[in-house]
Amino acid sequence: MNSLLPWSALLVPLCASALIVLLFQRARQVSVFISVGAVLFSFVCSCLIFSRQDIAAAEIDWINFPGLLHVPIGFTLDRLSKTMLLIVTGVGALIHIYSIGYMREDDGEARYFAALSLFIFSMLGIVLANNFVMMFIFWELVGVSSYLLIGHWFMKDAAADAANKAFITNRVGDFGFMLGILMVWGATGTVIFREMAPRLTGLATNPAFLTLAVLLIFCGAVGKSAQFPLHVWLPDAMEGPTPVSALIHAATMVAAGVYMLVRVGFLVQASPDALRVISWIGTITALLAGLIATQQDDIKRILAYSTLSQLGYMIMAVGLASGETAMFHLFTHAFFKALLFLGAGSVIVALHHEQNIWKMGGQGKNLILTFVSFSVGTLALIGFPFFSGYFSKDAILALAYARQPVIFALALFTAFLTAFYMVRLFVVVFLGKPRSQTAFASQESPTTMLVPLVVLAICSLLGGYRFFAGRFLALPEEHHTGLVIPLLPLVAMTAGSVLAFLLYRGRATDPLNLRALRDRLYLDEFYGWIIEHTQDALARLSAFIDRWLIDAGAVRGASSATWGFGTVLRLLQVGNLQAYAILFGFGIVWVIYFVIFR
Amino acid sequence: MTTLGDYLFVSGTLFAIGFAGVLLRRNVIIIFMALELMLNAANLSLVAFSRFRVSASGLPNYHAQVLVFFIITVAAAEVAVGLAIIVAVYRARRTTHVEDLNALKF
Repeated sequence: MNSLLPWSALLVPLCASALIVLLFQRARQVSVFISVGAVLFSFVCSCLIFSRQDIAAAEIDWINFPGLLHVPIGFTLDRLSKTMLLIVTGVGALIHIYSIGYMREDDGEARYFAALSLFIFSMLGIVLANNFVMMFIFWELVGVSSYLLIGHWFMKDAAADAANKAFITNRVGDFGFMLGILMVWGATGTVIFREMAPRLTGLATNPAFLTLAVLLIFCGAVGKSAQFPLHVWLPDAMEGPTPVSALIHAATMVAAGVYMLVRVGFLVQASPDALRVISWIGTITALLAGLIATQQDDIKRILAYSTLSQLGYMIMAVGLASGETAMFHLFTHAFFKALLFLGAGSVIVALHHEQNIWKMGGQGKNLILTFVSFSVGTLALIGFPFFSGYFSKDAILALAYARQPVIFALALFTAFLTAFYMVRLFVVVFLGKPRSQTAFASQESPTTMLVPLVVLAICSLLGGYRFFAGRFLALPEEHHTGLVIPLLPLVAMTAGSVLAFLLYRGRATDPLNLRALRDRLYLDEFYGWIIEHTQDALARLSAFIDRWLIDAGAVRGASSATWGFGTVLRLLQVGNLQAYAILFGFGIVWVIYFVIFR
Repeated sequence: MTTLGDYLFVSGTLFAIGFAGVLLRRNVIIIFMALELMLNAANLSLVAFSRFRVSASGLPNYHAQVLVFFIITVAAAEVAVGLAIIVAVYRARRTTHVEDLNALKF
């Protein structure tokens, strides 16, 4: 049954963004109203779409060369995309509402909401796309809106740099993504997901080609979902406003890579070699980010590394050929990570934009509601029993246990790290005594910021239960692992939590001081070094080519050749008539010799 | 009996004398006269060819004679132009010696 609902859910946020930019830049109240209204409208549409089984939407033929390339603008409306629609618009709506409070005093409020609406539009585009080209376009649009929002406070150098870094790093991944799309198109002759699956059989004879194509497509996910080695942009992206970090850099956009891999799961799972690489990349990311997170001081950066680590878990699940498990963790993570970020934002606002956890402390007494909801988020993230993260993380660990013991061991250690850094953060920020003047006098945030916290906390509580999640997702099948799975993660979680609690209770400075982890394993410096040196080498090479081949060879070579010939030839120009006559005579003799005797 | 070879010998001698004159004399007018001599040497050989290449009907080959008339005509025109140039050069430079007319060198 054709319906206008998907189209309106997609286009209304775009209209809102355009309206704000074109007409209501000055009118802050109006622009907030339009933007929040648009995302609520999209949310309602998504709910309606979700409630109908046989919904479909009209397709627009965009590019059509029969037999060669067919790119429609059309929608995929299956369970996966419907659930993603709900996550994006639902969490998006909550974060819009939260932003009303958070951005209340910001001069660029209208600009902020316009970009936020643009983001919702682009993200919905990725979720709904039914072909690779359309997905790629929205993929880039998401990058643009992320750039705009990270650089919202562009007067700050750090924010402008972070925006550039995010965009450029993403471009690296997206280039691979584009090549991958082209390879798949070249091999199957179609970019539409639905038509691709049956044509893959022809590729089975060429596994190397398929593996390369899948890995290139995975590059796109590596960039967007910030996997090692392109993860460096995500922690820096925390320069953006906190609601943006919650929406884009925790709940939705960074999950787009995982979503995309699940969407083309039939393609990814066709190549066992690619799956192996994907699972290891996920594992490495989860582990590295977990390690680095234990030694960060900025509340948002800790959460950013935690996001990286959780995304690593999801990619790991994709690599272990279980898209359902990845989507399950994505689903629960969207709630509790958005909750944690919003809670962090609430603390940050209460402390007048102080982000260093060592200058906080004792916030549990001042910010009671934030404290409670943040605890729920923390418990969900570390996988405390009967909170949402417990179910989804255990599903991933069970999967790893069944498929790859080494990855299971590393994932288990990451679970320990997760508990450690989250409890560290929790203890330092909320317990103990206030360690600064502002921390003493902090006050609870406005209601518009607290309502989303409560709603997200409820979702984080319920998100993992089958009766709740089962409505939205195809849940992964249970692995029979005996007592190993509920027990070992529980031990890891408890060990991490207790260790962190004992280590950090009542401390005013960090008792651990691991330089390498604090400096993010020097990866940024390493990339900087590589870029500097490649650039230097390239510059030297092009200087050589310019100086010696072009300047000395082509330009000066042409001029000195002309000069040289001129110098030789002007010896003949003696200015004497009879000398010319003699040369002329010789010339004639020479011509006659050639014509007659040769 | 004079043969074609004799005529060509005379013609070649005249041409050599003319060429030597062109190369060795300094006065432009003399060089000019030597040039005319070379032209007439060519004319002589053409007429000799005409005389000695008789066709089957007993008539000489007239092509060469026609060519001679052309050469005489062109030579006359050339003399008119050449002498005019020499007069102009003399008026400008007050000399007709070739070693003084050497402005065209680098």
